[in-house]
Amino acid sequence: MSTVETTLESVVIRFAGDSGDGMQLTGTQFTNAAALFGNDLATFPDFPAEIRAPIGTIAGVSGYQIHFGSTRIHTPGDQSDVLVAMNVAALKSNLKGLKKGGVIIANTDGFDAKNLRLANVPEDQNPLKDGSLSGYDLKEIDITKITRAALADSGLGTKEIDRCKNMFVLGLLYWMYQRPIENTIEFISSKFKKNQGIADANIKVLQAGWSYGETTEMFAQRYHIAPAKMEAGIYRSIMGNQATALGLIAASVKSTLPLFYGTYPITPASDVLHELSKYKNFNIKTFQAEDEIAGICSAIGAAFGGHLAITGSSGPGIALKAEAIGLATMLELPLVIVNVQRAGPSTGLPTKTEQADLLQAYYGRNGECPVVIVAAKSPADCFNMAYEACRIALDHMIPVFFLSDGYIANGAEPWRFPTSDKLQPIHIEFAGERQASDDKFMPYLRDEKLARPWALPGTKGLEHRIGGLEKQNITGNISYDPENHELMVKLRQEKVDLVANYVPEQNIDNGADSGDLLILGWGGTYGALKTATAQLISEGYSVSHAHVQYLSPFPKNLGELMSRFKKVVVPELNNGQLVKIIRDKYFVDAIAYNKIQGQPFMSIEVVNKMKEILG
Amino acid sequence: MTIETIKLTSKDFSSDQEVRWCPGCGDYSILKQVQTILPDLGRPKEEFVFISGIGCSSRFPYYMDTFGMHSIHGRATAIATGLKSTRPELSVWVITGDGDSMSIGGNHFIHMLRRNPDLNVLLFNNQIYGLTKGQYSPTSEQGKVTKSTPMGSVDYPFNPIALCLGADATFVARTLDRDPKHQQAIIKRGYEHKGTSLIEIYQNCNVFNDGAFEVFTEKGTKKQETLMMEHGKPLIFGAENEKGIKLDGFKPVIVNLADVSENELWIHDETDLAKATILSRFYDDSSVEGHFPRPFGVFYVNNNKATFDELFNNQIEHAKESYGTGDLDKLIAGRETWVVN
Repeated sequence: MSTVETTLESVVIRFAGDSGDGMQLTGTQFTNAAALFGNDLATFPDFPAEIRAPIGTIAGVSGYQIHFGSTRIHTPGDQSDVLVAMNVAALKSNLKGLKKGGVIIANTDGFDAKNLRLANVPEDQNPLKDGSLSGYDLKEIDITKITRAALADSGLGTKEIDRCKNMFVLGLLYWMYQRPIENTIEFISSKFKKNQGIADANIKVLQAGWSYGETTEMFAQRYHIAPAKMEAGIYRSIMGNQATALGLIAASVKSTLPLFYGTYPITPASDVLHELSKYKNFNIKTFQAEDEIAGICSAIGAAFGGHLAITGSSGPGIALKAEAIGLATMLELPLVIVNVQRAGPSTGLPTKTEQADLLQAYYGRNGECPVVIVAAKSPADCFNMAYEACRIALDHMIPVFFLSDGYIANGAEPWRFPTSDKLQPIHIEFAGERQASDDKFMPYLRDEKLARPWALPGTKGLEHRIGGLEKQNITGNISYDPENHELMVKLRQEKVDLVANYVPEQNIDNGADSGDLLILGWGGTYGALKTATAQLISEGYSVSHAHVQYLSPFPKNLGELMSRFKKVVVPELNNGQLVKIIRDKYFVDAIAYNKIQGQPFMSIEVVNKMKEILG
Repeated sequence: MTIETIKLTSKDFSSDQEVRWCPGCGDYSILKQVQTILPDLGRPKEEFVFISGIGCSSRFPYYMDTFGMHSIHGRATAIATGLKSTRPELSVWVITGDGDSMSIGGNHFIHMLRRNPDLNVLLFNNQIYGLTKGQYSPTSEQGKVTKSTPMGSVDYPFNPIALCLGADATFVARTLDRDPKHQQAIIKRGYEHKGTSLIEIYQNCNVFNDGAFEVFTEKGTKKQETLMMEHGKPLIFGAENEKGIKLDGFKPVIVNLADVSENELWIHDETDLAKATILSRFYDDSSVEGHFPRPFGVFYVNNNKATFDELFNNQIEHAKESYGTGDLDKLIAGRETWVVN
């Protein structure tokens, strides 16, 4: 049979199945294949909080969306072109995200009576049979049966055989999109190197999927998506949490300080710990503490001792760390606090994304307790901003928040990574030894950045005491003097404000320097806002997009930049947080645009909203 | 080159800050004993670090001319664990109280003990909240009438020594503010121990809980109410040293020395966890008929458990030996890259 080959600019595929169906692995493998081929891409893993929610139910559906193409890609796509549905529940919960006329690859075994019941489909209905999918290009395949047949002689049990199903899907899609399967074969061999039988079975089913596409007449088309025209350079694929870990390690290497990461497992921040714990040979010391508080307190101890000290968590854990962040602010020690945000409040939606911890970072402590705050805008940008957080903390002897979120933490994109010599240097100077004849050491004497000396225990002549009680300026002794307290509160604020002299000015990401509307975003919404802005500009609207990475203090030119636009809109995945601060600080009548559904913005939503605002 | 060794004195360990505990507070004695023994430990002054939480006792670091941190309530143990694991060559001390360690910091306290970092912990137990002006603490006896419990506390108290043994502590001892010599000897032993040394110090709060430990310190009762444990020696007590402890199976029994021969007595063995556990339960109210005397000294020592800081840093060294010092550029590039021209 002859297959037609069609060239496409970009494609969105959504893999959906039960939590145990291996959809995340399938998605990440496909992502690697697309990345190595040279496509630009963005991904969106979307999975339940339960490790094994009841099999076959809507609650147990795990999804992975990838958008890849020969053009620049900034979002995982508003709607998918292809939906892989391993069962009824997966189809039911993902159908509304599929384009009209899109391809559905349905595993028919997942549409039997039991699965229909588990997905709460009325008894006499079956979407594969009742015509309800007539508006789509439905491909029915009994993947379970084919997988079992392929592995009949493998000697494996049914359970183990059924776990290979996802490889069939991957093989089939590799065929459809003309991607080589060699890298995945290599991956499987290395992952199961201690269990040859399982490795062989997975590879066999992967090849069966490929052959199925080639030999059956079900798929009349194959697609070609050319490599994207991207800036020249060497690329790799990177996920946000991975990039965060690499940024922290890079700061440790560049500052020549060993890194200490004190933390407690929490979704979606745990992968930072997992990643860091692999690199002990880089002098990376990870400490899984008994709780969130011990996570940050151990880091404070490490900072006192002269390490690059970091704690990491998500919103609920940050709440527990609040008092210790106050201590670090009083101690004026360098400390980086990583917050991979998730939907709250309380336990909220642990696996869903949100940007609702900005005010927590700004104000979430007792007393006047200002800190520096930076935020990453994309998976790869986690590297830059994690590095920046460390640089600022060390240069200014100050606690710094690094904000990421579940969406960019788990999302992947191609990254034109820097070589280490291109990273901004970080110079560390500890206070030196003193002799008895020298003047007494003053632990709170400040330099031009208002930073105090970093005086390590073990250094002769520097014996001094620090603590959470208010300090006398310069001497660091306990002081209840009213004027001194006011002075110290102001100094700690000024110390944060001065950081603005050491960070880049705010740029306009896309669009003119002035105009009708400025879209002012921050954090993980970057891709959606960038895509929306490009579309609006192409339709002739006077719209520009600026994305803030330094949130406390803001870049010095931010106020002036906003003043060049008639309207400023602040789209956020929260109930209006940055917009509050912008209004407060700049007295700008900024418009809030909010989505609070645990899901990222779709670019089309943004486009429509901006048109509405432009009137 | 000549290396000059200057003999330090207790004065070298006194900071210029005025000591602000209430006159008559037991804390003064502990401060004095620590300042007395530090010069004898043969260590440069800059290697000592004192970390405290919140409470009267936690003001301690301000009075020591060493490195120090007066941190937040209950967290000194966690901060000290972070410091010691990153700077194992330092001598790190934790100063805490019964509220700080047993109440708000209870979690960090037990986890420190199970991990066993090489820290010296001085637990000032005055069985009351002093700094907040007199509420009952987790070691106050049941029925304690305080500002927050006008009808008496209904809480059962913790038995700190039993708690520490339960958390697999490797050095557990008890001493008294009013016995400077004993205190000095025990603190020195704690310092020498590799691993977390936990020393409970009965400390009188003469303002909010005066006389809590009177029976163990006053001349008239001290000898019958205290049991001074010494490794390898029989457990003997009493006004005339006329009584002893014997083990009847697992059951301790008080005997008159006149009635038994000395080799029938319980010989204290610091390395025996089962026996230490029984001794930790000598915790009766001294008004109860037939109660056991309160033991002082070292309950238990385990020298066979590696310290957390050792294990933690060994992994780093091992990783460097196995994989070589990391190459940042290789790490950033990862395993799979592609080139765009």
